Amino acid sequence: MTLLNDLRKGFAEFLATFGAVSIFLLRILADTPRALLRPGLIFRQVHVVGANSLVLIMMAGLFVGMVLGLQFYNTMSKFGAEQSLGPVVVLALVRELGPVVTALLFAGRAGTALASEIGLMKATEQLAGMEMMAVDPMRYVVVPRFLGAFIAMPLLTAIFNAIAILGAWAVAVQMMGMDGGQFWAPMPDNVDVYDDVLGGVMKSVFFGAAAGLLAVFEGYRAYPTAEGVSRATTRTVVVTAMSVLVLDYMLTAILI
Amino acid sequence: MADNDVLIEIRGLKYSRGSTVIFDGIDVDIRKGEVTAFMGPSGTGKTTLLRLITGQLRPDAGTIRVSGEEVAGLDRNALYDLRKRMGFLFQNGALLTDLSVFENVAFPLREHTRLPDPLIRDMVMMKLQAVGLRGTASMTPAELSGGMARRIALARAIVMDPEMIFYDEPFVGLDPISMGQIVRLIKRLNEALGLTSVVVSHDVAEISEVSDCIYLLAGGRVVARGSPQQLRESDSEWVRQFMEGLADGPVPFHYPAPEIRDDLLGEGKRA
Amino acid sequence: MGQNKSVEFATGLFIFLGLLALFFLITQTTNISAYGGEGYSVTARFANVGSLKVRAPVALAGVTIGRVENITVDPERLDAIVTLTIDSRYGQIPADSSASILTSGLLGEKYVGIDPGADTENLQQGDEVLFTQSAIVLENLISKYLFDSASGGDE
Repeated sequence: MTLLNDLRKGFAEFLATFGAVSIFLLRILADTPRALLRPGLIFRQVHVVGANSLVLIMMAGLFVGMVLGLQFYNTMSKFGAEQSLGPVVVLALVRELGPVVTALLFAGRAGTALASEIGLMKATEQLAGMEMMAVDPMRYVVVPRFLGAFIAMPLLTAIFNAIAILGAWAVAVQMMGMDGGQFWAPMPDNVDVYDDVLGGVMKSVFFGAAAGLLAVFEGYRAYPTAEGVSRATTRTVVVTAMSVLVLDYMLTAILI
Repeated sequence: MADNDVLIEIRGLKYSRGSTVIFDGIDVDIRKGEVTAFMGPSGTGKTTLLRLITGQLRPDAGTIRVSGEEVAGLDRNALYDLRKRMGFLFQNGALLTDLSVFENVAFPLREHTRLPDPLIRDMVMMKLQAVGLRGTASMTPAELSGGMARRIALARAIVMDPEMIFYDEPFVGLDPISMGQIVRLIKRLNEALGLTSVVVSHDVAEISEVSDCIYLLAGGRVVARGSPQQLRESDSEWVRQFMEGLADGPVPFHYPAPEIRDDLLGEGKRA
Repeated sequence: MGQNKSVEFATGLFIFLGLLALFFLITQTTNISAYGGEGYSVTARFANVGSLKVRAPVALAGVTIGRVENITVDPERLDAIVTLTIDSRYGQIPADSSASILTSGLLGEKYVGIDPGADTENLQQGDEVLFTQSAIVLENLISKYLFDSASGGDE
């Protein structure tokens, strides 16, 4: 009985949060046109969010690519299917791994930074201070950060994918002795620009919006105490990760 | 004193948070050019009053008029216009942590005006000079002490030359020297600029030094009102307890609880 | 203000790297060269297109020369009309060439193969390829084999 009750309460809470997030998104979109008049703020956030995650994404991309190269080469050489290695690696990365892994890493690194920053500003009354100085904190603080994440995510994903492919190449060709031409040549015939690459880009755009939105949302409504901020930070990672995975399924179903 | 026009007029203000009634119908007149103080025991909602006057909160009933305009009826743009004429000093300063001291004070100018950089620089430096902290211009808020941060926040609050300024617990947590500095600044700004000031505090000595008119709030109502001299001579129990810091009186020492005998013996019965 | 400059530089560098990576992905790994470039359209009718998809390659002598543009059904003649877009570089395909739906590799995707004819005239925009060979459907192949071996076994 209590399990059912808990589920019902949990679902009600989920709906309420979903509603709150949607309303917040509408507020952000409403303030976006005027926030675009201050590109300096937005670029600053692209830097904070993107450039600071760059090293992490590049390292992750390199190792994911190397592992893919290793695993697939190992398996495929048993079936004499090495010529499929290049296309398989590219397709796996560009369609799924790139957007999803980048989004998850982003949630952990940049998402938490955004949430805790905004939460801290709330706790130290900086947001209220701005309100009192007749500066809209949505326009000055929230929207630029959202747009920063939105812009940075596809770029980070592209960098992740590119480095991962090079990592796979390094392992397969340089280490395992596969022929370089065999790696690159079959790709164009099997990878479609619109279906595969741009589909992946579209995913990363959606993920960027989701990750950015959830991070600024959690920060903005955090309880203005130290505990509240830390809880908001943790929730950001969890909620973003789950949303990314659910969105991934939905987008994959639509794109396929 | 210049003309004693009422700048901020509050009538029948009621406000509750959840089931707690914070204000149960209060009337207040804040006169132009004067320093008006609100005192009372902790939790009487003094800060809430400031937030109601500045439009951060909406009253449940009653009116708040600033220069004749009803605050609660203003839309966002009109409210922002009103706030540009107000200065607000938060309890912890609320400086923006990612900007330098100079940029913090310059913030309202940069956001609301298109003044050229040299002019902004002069104005910022003048305000910093007024609070005695011109030398800290390139420091960051993290490097400032509490008292200094509060004075910088004060410089920021007056950088747009507002008509009125609100001080939210300006003396809390300061050493005596810093407290004296803030008191002096509040007095000087009021006298030199005719700046209508509203101070919320519970530091009786400092308030008495600085204010023209004191409102004593307790239990959601105004229990006393007058000049510091009048309150000192008052024979109301509330005023006596507050001004002299008595432990017990109209504000009880004991938080409501069952009779102590029942509490102790009841435990024994259960065991 | 100096801090602003280095922030701008780092941001610019980041955005540049991102776009570079995207460019690399698109040009090096995909079939983008198949898009763009001028082309002309011809049609071909098939009784069965099998699993041929839009954007499948059109090949001559094994070299990709175009893409399948569109696949529709003719409601009157009840066969499939496939529209092929051929790159303008290959404008000398004889008008009596044949088009077949073939499979790349053993289990690969379907594509359209052009077998050149001997006509002096070439295929122009809007022409129809008259000689076509439908896709080989596995079930038909198996039932044909069974039918043949059944009738062969009777004798």
